[in-house]
Amino acid sequence: MADGAGVGSALWLAAAVATAAAATYAWRGLGVLLAGRIRVDGAAFAWIGYVAYGLLAGLIARMILLPAGPLATTALGVRLAATGVALAVFFAAGRHLVAGVVAGVVAFTGLVALGVG
Amino acid sequence: MIFASFVGFGSLCRSVELPMWLGLASTATGWALPGQVAMVELVGTGASLAAIAVAVALSGSRLLPMTVTLVPQLIAPDSPRWRAYVVAHWIAVTSWLITMSERHRLDRGARTPFFLGFALTLWLWSLAGTVVGFTVAGAVPPAMMLGLVFLNPIYFLMVLAADATDRGRVVALGSGAVLGPMFHLVTADWGLMLTGFAAGSAGFLASRAHRNAHRLSGTAADG
Repeated sequence: MADGAGVGSALWLAAAVATAAAATYAWRGLGVLLAGRIRVDGAAFAWIGYVAYGLLAGLIARMILLPAGPLATTALGVRLAATGVALAVFFAAGRHLVAGVVAGVVAFTGLVALGVG
Repeated sequence: MIFASFVGFGSLCRSVELPMWLGLASTATGWALPGQVAMVELVGTGASLAAIAVAVALSGSRLLPMTVTLVPQLIAPDSPRWRAYVVAHWIAVTSWLITMSERHRLDRGARTPFFLGFALTLWLWSLAGTVVGFTVAGAVPPAMMLGLVFLNPIYFLMVLAADATDRGRVVALGSGAVLGPMFHLVTADWGLMLTGFAAGSAGFLASRAHRNAHRLSGTAADG
């Protein structure tokens, strides 16, 4: 982990990347194995889709409210304000993804550069 | 947008001191941004490999139904199976969407070249974005570097908001946003997994309840 410096740390990070790659390819490989043999519009697939969706929502909220790494040096108010700007522009522009992302990132960068954060 | 989202990922890698070659390896071998961001975030909070495996797997579950539906469109039943296993690595949301919508205009033999040409282009842009994000994050003023890292949660928030078209997803989004930070404080290792199960199940049940209510009211109106 982060406290193990040098080769051990690099090895651990490489193991994390390899683990994530294997966990991702597992779905693609299993998909090939099951292709044409199962129905994908059943309740089990709907449920696992919602689990992925809820997990991502939780990850996003945690990254904004309780960030790890350098975002932790910024003020919570700035992160929340920029998130609010992103959502407001997203809906005002008719659920426009790019407009929301650009507005949120620009608002965040601007507030941090002005020293609000 | 794919390029920009991977620029954000490259910056995120630098912010947790993941070396560039490992960030590139992650984009090359994973090529599923939610799982990659979850992996880097869990590395940043010092989670165990087992927790990383479970969270990444849960975040990528959409790839299974996508692969199951796309592979029969691409690969003829009599062609070698290993080809499907190789091609499947490049199945991702955009490459899947475009190929599924274009497949009727393509001869069967032209579908795999079309898919691979399109997906490999996106993949190379993703790799380029990772390098650019990593490099730029080390060269710009701190506020801009933080903005690039902040791109990750904001991008996914917008993707989820754009997808929140049914009641179940709204419930999963809302409860995930509340439970994610809470469960993280209880257990940094398994908080993400627990959030997925709890918020996802809530969303699933809400969508079923909503649909059943509709069916009942529809029956009543008919009767």
